Amino acid sequence: MRMKKIGRVIYSHLDQRLRLSSLIEMAKKKKVPEHKFSFWYYFGGICLFLFFIQVVTGIMLALYYKPTVDGAYESVKFIMGEVRFGWLIRSFHSWTANILIGTIFIHMFSTFFLKAYRNPRELTWVSGFLLLLIFLAFGFSGYLLPWNELSFFATRVGTDIAGTIPLIGKQLKNFILGGPDVSEFTLQRFFWFHVIVLPLITVFVLGLHILLVQILGMSKPIGLKEKQIKEVPFFPNFILKDSLGWILILSLIGILCVFFPWEIGKKADMFSPTPLGIKPEWYFIFMFTTLKLIPSHVFTIKGEVLAIVGFIFGALLWMLVPYLDRRASREKKSPFFSIAGLIILLYIILITLYTYLHPRL
Amino acid sequence: MKEMKFNKFYFIFLGLMILSLFLLQVTEAEAQNSCLECHRELEDGLRAPVEAFKNDIHQKFGLTCVSCHGGNEKEDDLESAKDSSFKGTPGRKQIPAFCGDCHQDSDYIRKYNPSLRIDQLGLYWTSQHGKLLKKGDIKVAVCIDCHGSHGILEASHPKSLVFPWNLPSMCGRCHSDKEYMREYSIPITQEKDYRESVHARALFEKKDLSAAVCNDCHGNHGAMPPGVSAIAFVCHQCHPSASELFSQSPHKEAFGEMGISECEACHENHRILPPRDEMLGTGEESVCLNCHEQGSKGFEVSSLYRNRIESFKNKIKKMEEILETAERKGVEVSESKFDLREAQNLLVMVRNLTHSLNVDDFEKKINEGEEILSSVQEKGEKALNEAKFRKRGLIIATIFIFLLATAIFLKIKKIEKKIER
Repeated sequence: MRMKKIGRVIYSHLDQRLRLSSLIEMAKKKKVPEHKFSFWYYFGGICLFLFFIQVVTGIMLALYYKPTVDGAYESVKFIMGEVRFGWLIRSFHSWTANILIGTIFIHMFSTFFLKAYRNPRELTWVSGFLLLLIFLAFGFSGYLLPWNELSFFATRVGTDIAGTIPLIGKQLKNFILGGPDVSEFTLQRFFWFHVIVLPLITVFVLGLHILLVQILGMSKPIGLKEKQIKEVPFFPNFILKDSLGWILILSLIGILCVFFPWEIGKKADMFSPTPLGIKPEWYFIFMFTTLKLIPSHVFTIKGEVLAIVGFIFGALLWMLVPYLDRRASREKKSPFFSIAGLIILLYIILITLYTYLHPRL
Repeated sequence: MKEMKFNKFYFIFLGLMILSLFLLQVTEAEAQNSCLECHRELEDGLRAPVEAFKNDIHQKFGLTCVSCHGGNEKEDDLESAKDSSFKGTPGRKQIPAFCGDCHQDSDYIRKYNPSLRIDQLGLYWTSQHGKLLKKGDIKVAVCIDCHGSHGILEASHPKSLVFPWNLPSMCGRCHSDKEYMREYSIPITQEKDYRESVHARALFEKKDLSAAVCNDCHGNHGAMPPGVSAIAFVCHQCHPSASELFSQSPHKEAFGEMGISECEACHENHRILPPRDEMLGTGEESVCLNCHEQGSKGFEVSSLYRNRIESFKNKIKKMEEILETAERKGVEVSESKFDLREAQNLLVMVRNLTHSLNVDDFEKKINEGEEILSSVQEKGEKALNEAKFRKRGLIIATIFIFLLATAIFLKIKKIEKKIER
C-alpha cells in the first residue's frame, strides 16, 4: 500500500510536468488497422527494438574496445574471454546486427508489396530507405572493428569496389580508407563513423521515420474492403502483440549467442596475401557476385563500372518508387511494380544462395 | 601519287633488305659451328650431344664445343677442324682433370661465375672415388656420372641430378646396384634405408630442401663415409643442441672407450627413423637395453625418463581434449591454447634433455611443464563450467521469456474477447 502511494506521488509529479496522462490518453485513442496482412507490420517495431539492443550492447562494448591495430583484436578477445558476460554482449551485438539488417529487408519488401509507400507516405518510404543505407554502413564499418583476417580482407575487397565508381571512385576510396589501403587510419575512421557519425544521423532519420508513421498512421493495403479491416487500439492491443514479437526475437538471439557465440577468427595480417574465397557480409553478397559475374566489357563499357552505375541508378529508382508508381497513389493495384519487386527479391536471394553454394567463386 | 608509289617501293625494299640480312646472319651463325653441323647428321650416340648441349649451363655462358674439346669449329673440313688443339673425348680416367682444367682455374672461372668454388678437383682426389680412380679403377664415379656430360644443369636446378631430391637416386644408381657394387664389399641398402628415414620424409613429403641428403653427411666432391669418431661432428652440423647435451653426458666417454659411434648407436645411420619415446624405457624397442641390464642405474634412469614423459604426454592430451570441448561449446580459450603450446614445446625440450642424462635438469624442465599444465587445467575446467553456466542461464531465461510470452498472449486473447463482446 505504501509503495502504491509512493508510485502515485511520483506519477503525479511527472504527470504535472510532462503531461503523461494526455500522452497515455492519445495512445489509447490511437487506432491501428488490423487485417490479414497485419503480420508484416510488426517487423517495423522489431527493427526498432533490435536497434535499441544495438545501442545498449554497443555502449557496453565501447567500454573495453580499443580502435588501434595493436589493440583492436586483443580487446575483442579480452571482451570474449575475460570480461564477465562480455561474450554475451559481443555475440548479442553481432547477431543482432545481422538479424536487424535481415529484418529491415523484410520490412522494406513487405512495405513495397503492400504498396504502403503510396501517397501520402512517400517520405516515410524515403526515410526508411535511407535507414537501410545507414544500417548497411553500420554493418560495413562495424565488420572491420575486430580487425580479424576475414573483416580486413572483406573491407579491402569492399573498398576496391567503391574505388571503381566513375569520376569519384578513387577519391571516395581514399576518403573511406584514410589512405590508399586498409590501415590503422581506416580502423580509427570506421570506429568514429560507427559510434559517432552514424548514430547521430540515425537519431534524426529514425526520428523522422517514426514521426511520419505517427502522423500519417499505418497504411491500409489496396483492394481490401472496409469490412476486411478492423481498427484496434494502439495501446494496449498493438503494443502487446509487438512486445510479444520482441521477446520472441530476444529469446532467439539468446539461443544463437549461447550455441553459436560470434567468432573472433584469426588476427589480420596486413602483409599476408588475400585468402581464397574472401567474401563481404551476406547482405552485400548480391552486389559482390554481380560484379564478379558481369563480363569484363559490355560493348565498350567496363563491366564493373556498368554494374556499379547500374546499382546506383537502381537504388535511386527504388528510393523514388512512391513517385513513380502513380497507379498505387490512385489506390489502384500496380502489378508492374509488384512483378519488378519480385524479380529484384528473387535475384537477391538466388544470387546470394548461388555464392554460398559455390565457395570458390 | 608518284610520291606514294615511291614510298611503297621503298618500304618493300627495306623489308626485303632486313629479311635477307637476318637470313644471312642465321646461316652464318650456323656455318660457324661445324661440330654441330656434322654431329647433327651422325648416328644416335654422336648426335645426342647436339641436342643435350642446348640446355647445358656452359652453353648459357657462351662456351662451345671447342671450349672443352679443342679443335677449330670454323673449319668445314674434318681434318682442318680437328687440328692440333683437338682433345677429342677423354677417357673416364682423364675426366676429372679434363673438367678440372677450367674448374680449378680461378682466373677463368671468375670471368663466368666469381662465386663458384674451384676446389672440386682437389677434393675429388681425397674422396674414395678419386682414390680408387687413381689406382686405375674406372668403375668409380667421375664428374659426368653425377653431373651429366652435355646436358649439365646448375646444381640448384630442380632437374639437376645433384638437386637434393634427385641426389639419393643419383647415388643409388651405383650404390644400390648389387652387380655393380659386388667387388667393393660394402652394403647396397643405403638408398633404401635412407628413403625410410626422417630425413627422407622431410625432403620428399614436406619438400624441405634443408633436410639431410647423401652429400650433407658424406661430402660431395670429397665423398667419404665418416669415421666412427666423425659421425657426432657430422650430426652436430644440424643438431647442435642434442649433440652438445650428449657431449656433457657420461655416455660420451663410455662410447669413446667402447669405440661406439655416438649418434649412430641409438639412431642408426642411413635409416634414421623419427625419434620415438619407445626408444627409452624398458620396452622391446628401448635402445637403452642394448647396454644396460635390469637393476643397473642406466636401466632405472631410462625407465624414469619414459614414465615421466608418458605421464606428461597424457596430461597434455587430456588438456587438449578439455580445451577442444570448451571451444566446441563456444567458450573463448585461445589464451589457454597458447599456454598449452608452451607445454608442448617443453615436451620437445624434455625429450632432447634425455641426451644429457642429467636427471635434475630433466626433472626441472618437466616440472615447469607440469606447472603450466596445472594452470591450463584450471582454466580449462573453468571454461567448461562457464559453458555449463551459459546453458543453465539460457534455460532459465528461456523459461522466463516463455512464461512472459504466454502471459502476454493470454492478455491479448482476453482483450480481443472483450472487444468482441
